[in-house]
Amino acid sequence: MEDPNIDDGDQNRETEIAPALIAVHPAHQSVAVAVGSDLRVFNLQEGCAVTLGDGDDLDGKSSTNVHKDSIRAIRYGANNGTLFVSAGDDKLVKIWATTTWRCISTVVSEKKVSAVAIRSDGLFVCFADKFGVVYVVDTQGISGEQGSTNEKGIPILSHYCSIITSLEFSPDSRFIISADRDFKIRVSVFPKNPLDGAHEIQSFCLGHTEFVSCLAFVFGQDYPQGLLISGSGDSTVRLWDFTCGALLDTCAVGTEAGYLETDGKEGECRPAVTDLCATKDGSLVAVALQSLPGIMLLSCDISARTLSVLKVVSISEDPFIPTSLGSGSLKQFLWMVMGVSSLQGSDLASLARVRVLSGFSKSNIATLEEHKASLLDDKDIPGRELVLQKLQGTLSIEKEVLSSAAEAVKTAMRNLLIKKHYPVEKREYRKRGRNDRKNKQR
Amino acid sequence: MMEHESNVNPTLSKSTGLPRKRFYRARAHSNPLSDSHFPVPVAPSQFDYSSHYPQISNDSKKIEFADIGCGFGGLLISLSTLFPATLMIGMELRDKVTEYVKERILALRTGNPGQYQNISVVRTNSMKYIPNYFEKGQLKKMFFLFPDPHFKEKNHRRRVISPYLLDEYAYALAVGGIIYTITDVEELGEWMKSCLERHPLFEPLTVQELEDDPVVKLLSTATEEGQKVARNGGQTYQAVYRRRTGPIE
Repeated sequence: MEDPNIDDGDQNRETEIAPALIAVHPAHQSVAVAVGSDLRVFNLQEGCAVTLGDGDDLDGKSSTNVHKDSIRAIRYGANNGTLFVSAGDDKLVKIWATTTWRCISTVVSEKKVSAVAIRSDGLFVCFADKFGVVYVVDTQGISGEQGSTNEKGIPILSHYCSIITSLEFSPDSRFIISADRDFKIRVSVFPKNPLDGAHEIQSFCLGHTEFVSCLAFVFGQDYPQGLLISGSGDSTVRLWDFTCGALLDTCAVGTEAGYLETDGKEGECRPAVTDLCATKDGSLVAVALQSLPGIMLLSCDISARTLSVLKVVSISEDPFIPTSLGSGSLKQFLWMVMGVSSLQGSDLASLARVRVLSGFSKSNIATLEEHKASLLDDKDIPGRELVLQKLQGTLSIEKEVLSSAAEAVKTAMRNLLIKKHYPVEKREYRKRGRNDRKNKQR
Repeated sequence: MMEHESNVNPTLSKSTGLPRKRFYRARAHSNPLSDSHFPVPVAPSQFDYSSHYPQISNDSKKIEFADIGCGFGGLLISLSTLFPATLMIGMELRDKVTEYVKERILALRTGNPGQYQNISVVRTNSMKYIPNYFEKGQLKKMFFLFPDPHFKEKNHRRRVISPYLLDEYAYALAVGGIIYTITDVEELGEWMKSCLERHPLFEPLTVQELEDDPVVKLLSTATEEGQKVARNGGQTYQAVYRRRTGPIE
């Protein structure tokens, strides 16, 4: 029997690796990338890098290392994007004002934070932890300039003992959707007074056969309530009527991309969907898939309630596998980042590569053959070299480094979100540390 | 000599055909936080009714009573004849105990043709998978008899009745559905009552309603645990609440 000690140690180290994240201001005023504990923001309107101000710095000197551990969730909030939230493994939720980029509030969480959401009117910020509890913070209580660190979130609901991977408000803010690693999506009514808790469950969207990793909404003028789209470790993207939990359509993106191998190893070969990004009307849904260098584009027909594959935009020259996607609602750019907080055997403390897809906007499904979504060269992206210098930290990254980063992220996600099945002998060995037996008979 | 009779399954009693508890020894406690590996239906529509209730031919019939932590099955067996047209399920985390209940139901079905076809048991963690088994508003009654008290403060989160889990039980119960809880541990009794009292989707039954409900008497008498408490002259604390409609938003 192999020595289990080394095995466990490796797994612990790898789950600490955090994927790089990207978020774009709704009106395309700025773009933010989080790599490890580093938060990097670029002001697209003015074409310059942003230096973040943290209320904790008394001498006014700005510092980019405002989080002390890996950031796990970032988000711009509200239709006007006036708020920005970042949270992660340092158990802090930081709320920023995007006009001044000062941290106006720091909320302390009991456990590591895995997801955040902001209600469209900006009045409430929700965050979820790795134990399954979702908390709410009333932003009206935030004083303003001097960021207080005494804020605490009020728990409103919980997924028993499960890691919450994604948190979203429905388009009309009536519901809050929470997805977990136990394949479940819970739709709860977000009440008028959320500080009392979100006790009324509207529905469960059940159908995924592996952890749910990401959520996105699509809605249209004729369908203001909208539909929910989810991506999962089971290599599918599903469309739901979330008011009743009905599964409307399933798109087997792993198979479509040609990645499904049938050599019998369950769960090993199915590439997980890592992120989703949809245009508001659903005409385009971008899917980031593990093992796929590039992006898969789907189309959602809201009236017909179907999801279909449009095309795969693959990148041949670089092994660029996005770990996170983002887009503003008004412009036609899809921003993608690939990166990792730390890489074994590499000098780089953290690494991130940003690429942009253009043509990511409302399109006519009938003319899908002529679809113009295409990858931009570095010199053509908004902000050009400056934005890359700021967000990536460096202008060029070697191919091999990118490849090992992709592998590291894949392993980390699997270790974090997929339940391990230990063989019986190993289970007995794993119980060796237990101290609750009265008589040590064994 | 009786040797030729020892070919019969020794775990079943020779006289009654019912399983003997000594072959199904189990600790009273099981850790609900550990991720055990038993199959769970992806959604309620995937639940295999025919394997649990083979003689029930009506496809649209659904489970309406659920005994959470059913132990050795005492309550289910009493309820089976009281409500012969209702489908019921027991949920139990412990492997051996679930096996015992399965054998017990099989033996009862064999020994009493036509009866006990409406009860069954499934090994599962009800704290994680209730929505996988039951659709919204499907259940009419849910039972929590003598649950694990988890005395230490740090373990209170493992209690099967908690403000968070009541959200899920309210989801599974129809409006008007009833949740029955009983315990012999005073602190736990107060805790459960307090959780139910504070939850916006539950209201208490009146004294008259409790008197009129034939099931209430069974709470303390139908199960092995209840009978043990009665034998030791212990006191029980019950909280019976109804699922009501939520406040209009």
